[in-house]
Amino acid sequence: MDLDDTPEQAAYRAQVRSWLEEHKAEAPVLQGPGALEDEAEILAARRAWQGKLAEGGLAGVTWPKEYGGQGLGPIEQVLCNQEIARAKVPSILDAIGVGMLGPTIIAHGSEEQKTRYLGAMLHGDEVWCQLFSEPAAGSDLAAVQTRARQEDDGSWRLSGQKVWTTNAQFASYGLLLARTDADVPKHKGLTMFVVPMDAEGVTIRGLRQISGEAEFNEVFFDDVALDADAVVGGVGNGWGTGLTTLMFERVTIGLGGEGMGYNSTRFAGAIAADEHARRDPEVRHQLGEIASELLAVRFTGYRTLTALQKGQIPGPEAGLAKVTIVSGAIKAGDLIADVLGPDTLLEDSEWSYMISFLPGLKSAGGTEEILRNTIGERVLGLPPEPRLDKGIPFSELRSKEKAAA
Amino acid sequence: MNLALSDEQVFLREAARGALSRFKTLEGAREALDGNSGALPDLWPTAKEAGWTGMLISEEHGGAGLDAFDAMLVLGECGRVLAGIGLLGHLPATAILNDASGGAPMLAELASGERRAAYLPVSPPDDLSDSWNVDPASGLARPLAPIATASGEGQATVSGELAFVPDAPEADLLVGVALLDGKPVGVAIESGAAGVAVEALTRYDSTRSLGHVSLKEAPATVLDTPVEALAGAWYLAQALIAAESLGSVETALDVSVAYAKERFTFGRAIGSYQAVKHSLTEVLRQLENGRSLLYYAGWARSGGPHEFPLAASAARSVAGRALDTAARTMISVHGGIGATWEHDAPLYFRRAQLSRRLLGGTAKATDRVAGELIVQADAA
Repeated sequence: MDLDDTPEQAAYRAQVRSWLEEHKAEAPVLQGPGALEDEAEILAARRAWQGKLAEGGLAGVTWPKEYGGQGLGPIEQVLCNQEIARAKVPSILDAIGVGMLGPTIIAHGSEEQKTRYLGAMLHGDEVWCQLFSEPAAGSDLAAVQTRARQEDDGSWRLSGQKVWTTNAQFASYGLLLARTDADVPKHKGLTMFVVPMDAEGVTIRGLRQISGEAEFNEVFFDDVALDADAVVGGVGNGWGTGLTTLMFERVTIGLGGEGMGYNSTRFAGAIAADEHARRDPEVRHQLGEIASELLAVRFTGYRTLTALQKGQIPGPEAGLAKVTIVSGAIKAGDLIADVLGPDTLLEDSEWSYMISFLPGLKSAGGTEEILRNTIGERVLGLPPEPRLDKGIPFSELRSKEKAAA
Repeated sequence: MNLALSDEQVFLREAARGALSRFKTLEGAREALDGNSGALPDLWPTAKEAGWTGMLISEEHGGAGLDAFDAMLVLGECGRVLAGIGLLGHLPATAILNDASGGAPMLAELASGERRAAYLPVSPPDDLSDSWNVDPASGLARPLAPIATASGEGQATVSGELAFVPDAPEADLLVGVALLDGKPVGVAIESGAAGVAVEALTRYDSTRSLGHVSLKEAPATVLDTPVEALAGAWYLAQALIAAESLGSVETALDVSVAYAKERFTFGRAIGSYQAVKHSLTEVLRQLENGRSLLYYAGWARSGGPHEFPLAASAARSVAGRALDTAARTMISVHGGIGATWEHDAPLYFRRAQLSRRLLGGTAKATDRVAGELIVQADAA
């Protein structure tokens, strides 16, 4: 049992570290003195930085070499992330594309699609967004209603609405899950598409949240024309293609929790700074409970890494770590606000944004309830709930739903 | 990076499970609650035979020279079947002796299990207090550690009271910490010596051997154990009871999940209802968090000793809550039958309620986590 790198890992880490030493002066400054302020400038600088990281082999670490990656494993990806954090430089701009959508195209896309899209994605020349969730399809993702209809010439017409779309406002392309056949059961009539975000009929609107900021977008599609070769992974295979994306999402979330800054050290620092709070038994008890669980998540991450190192794929139980992180951070924000009082909630306080962000995060990447269902069924082997939608064509299901409402 | 069991550790765990499966520990626990204490199986011979008694004693002194994490694996297996085996008291005592040059002569018989030791739990100072203190018989005020008075070269007499000392009634040797001229030293005291009185007790959980220890100018050997190792024994005890608790959580969860699959209401298995499913995944969540912290504590004791107080306290804190959650969920999932005398759930519930109050209790461990992190924050 040890927390050390193997000799090979140490060599890889040293290589990444020396590249960063050499190039970190070229990284955009996003915080502190001299930080960029103009949104467009920030974006351009982060794209360029992603390109440099890609050239240096620090982006797409797990991608196959033939698509510009390093052909290495998830452990090296984690080591690379750690070194980027240590160097205090920004990570890649398009984590969703490179981390989740690119791997989906690598797994299911045509050779033409791989050649056309992957290089530009990896280098930050074309940013991507994930167009899966809809206002009425989140936990029940297979209920998407965005429709794609095929024309006689094989091209497609797309209409509908997506939501919770990160980066849509500057993305070049989106990977979109649409219904192409409503007369079969819902998981079967789905198809995955590549959608150019500048196509006619695409409207993007920022979605403001509790903090007042817009981290996400709503995207509307009004009779958008798509070429026949926009299909990824075959017509009617959208569900299977999408599951690949979700698997990569799970790995990304499971290994990235502490990166969000929701960790015991930071929260304890806030309590330690208050002379009275740090001696108050009730505050200490709450801090101790919250911190213990967040510490556990750090070591759950190391257990996940050990499994990856042995060639095992992390299971859905990684979702439990997400539940712990989010609920722990919510309790920590609450405790800190109790200690520091109303000024905690000032717009520019260290904590106000976190406190506003967390209630939504509870539902992101799978609601807590859905995660508990999945884990209960896949890990504990408990029986699923009876489903009323099994084997029923989607069109009939919709009319039943309408009748019931 | 390697936070997985080695082949030897998997074997150790499987061997422990196999050895303990030969005893009717749960039946014994229930009968003992009914007054038949003879029904509790004597597991010490098994511990001797398996070499668990010498796990934390170095090979040169006749032990197996294993690590804390190995001991935690064995305690986890004991926890699974609520086995009262005497290791919770014995192992931290042997760790203190193993780190003393003067302790060596006593170690061979403790390693082989010919003699038994019990650790006199003394909590080390924290960020709010410089005192070494002990669990009170009742209430929140914590008395100071026993006081030692030098009586000769390497000898002292020790006076003080220690409440609820695990495995004290069966111990031949009591090993702990006393204050000599205000400074903590390790002491080893023969249970049979003049001035030593051990009042055997049970509280609520018949499987747990406890004793109030009273020392009145009891003759002691003073040990030259480093002060870090004296503090380390307290954290080792925290890690061991955490491991034992999580073993009990495993069984409570397994039994509850099995029942949730076979018990039907309104035409379907109760485990298919979200309310039941989510409460069981909550037990799993706490169990997994606890397991991760056991790895942290197991690694830290030798790999990062300055983090051991934090790691062991966090493991104890999470494991204590997990055991309470698991025991209560076990009762709830079983419905009314889960609250009956004949069922095993009440035995796990009894274990949970007592365990969480021993060795400083989970509340003190939780407070220690906060204290350790506050000290870290000050240093940063």
